[in-house]
Amino acid sequence: MPTIVVDVMPKPEILDPQGKAIAGALPRLGFTAFEQVRQGKRFELHVEGEVTDQILEQARTAAAELLSNPVIEDVVNVAVLDESEASA
Amino acid sequence: MTTEIPLIGDYSTPGTELNGARIGVVTFPGTLDDVDAARAVRLSGATPVSLWHADEDAAGSLKDLDAVVIPGGFSYGDYLRAGAIARFAPMMDAIAAAAGGEAGSTRGLPVLGICNGFQILTESHLLPGSMIKNDHLHFICRDQALAVENNETAWTRDFAPGQRITIPLKNQDGQYVADEPTLDMLEGEGRVVFRYLDVNPNGSRRDIAGITNAAGNVVGLMPHPEHAVEPGFGPDTEHGLRTGLDGLPFFTSVLSTLASGGAA
Repeated sequence: MPTIVVDVMPKPEILDPQGKAIAGALPRLGFTAFEQVRQGKRFELHVEGEVTDQILEQARTAAAELLSNPVIEDVVNVAVLDESEASA
Repeated sequence: MTTEIPLIGDYSTPGTELNGARIGVVTFPGTLDDVDAARAVRLSGATPVSLWHADEDAAGSLKDLDAVVIPGGFSYGDYLRAGAIARFAPMMDAIAAAAGGEAGSTRGLPVLGICNGFQILTESHLLPGSMIKNDHLHFICRDQALAVENNETAWTRDFAPGQRITIPLKNQDGQYVADEPTLDMLEGEGRVVFRYLDVNPNGSRRDIAGITNAAGNVVGLMPHPEHAVEPGFGPDTEHGLRTGLDGLPFFTSVLSTLASGGAA
């Protein structure tokens, strides 16, 4: 089944307390290479049949109006998931 | 909605001009504080009216109401973002229309959003900004001191300007954020209604605990006035344990506003 992926990230200027907590935990486990962590959200929208331009446009609108809040978040990606990646 | 008789309470008769005011209290799936909010409405001298989020005739249900409270809780489990799904309820469309939309209006329906209700009001774009997780990531529950910085809104006119009050604060996503121009605009227009005192409990920008729309009829705040309205249940004060009643003036304020013929 075709899948549209929507990725939403907190805006760069918005403090991301979850990401900060993860960044604090990483070096405690020996992962010292990572300076900063930002935590976002990934949505997978499953589509019955073919993903038309119109359906993709609907996904973009839904991403802007429901899946993200423009005050604190950016939609960084709306794309059809590659089938080979989906079945992997 | 039934509200039981308080064990301890102020039974003095409210002013006659306040009798008959009907204040709606909205319930969403996951709302927790609707019964407390209804009780606060009753203790202030008005009649609480239960409102359901999915009401098919939401506009009709609001018609003979004088004000609306959107209470706290975890509507839709805070899924997606706090308030993000509740915002699309038919009742919210009706409330937004009755309140006068984003700009508000001096004749608009007074609306008070508490905690999750504040989050729903920001998601609805009735108030600017948004709420993110507390900067320390912990759920917080404490009695919180606030300064009343604007006592000219529909919900604060019974406070003195700059009055220090203490009411409970209890939330996980309580950090108020907005971009700098929005914060400057809020400060410049006197729309910061409440500011945290002594300590910033959640990292909120500029210690902001509550704000209003331009017209002053829509107010949102994170702390809970409805939990400080009757002796025996409020925050501790110098007069004794659980004697704090600083939440009551929120609810009497809107009655004063109505009695004087409109929003502040």
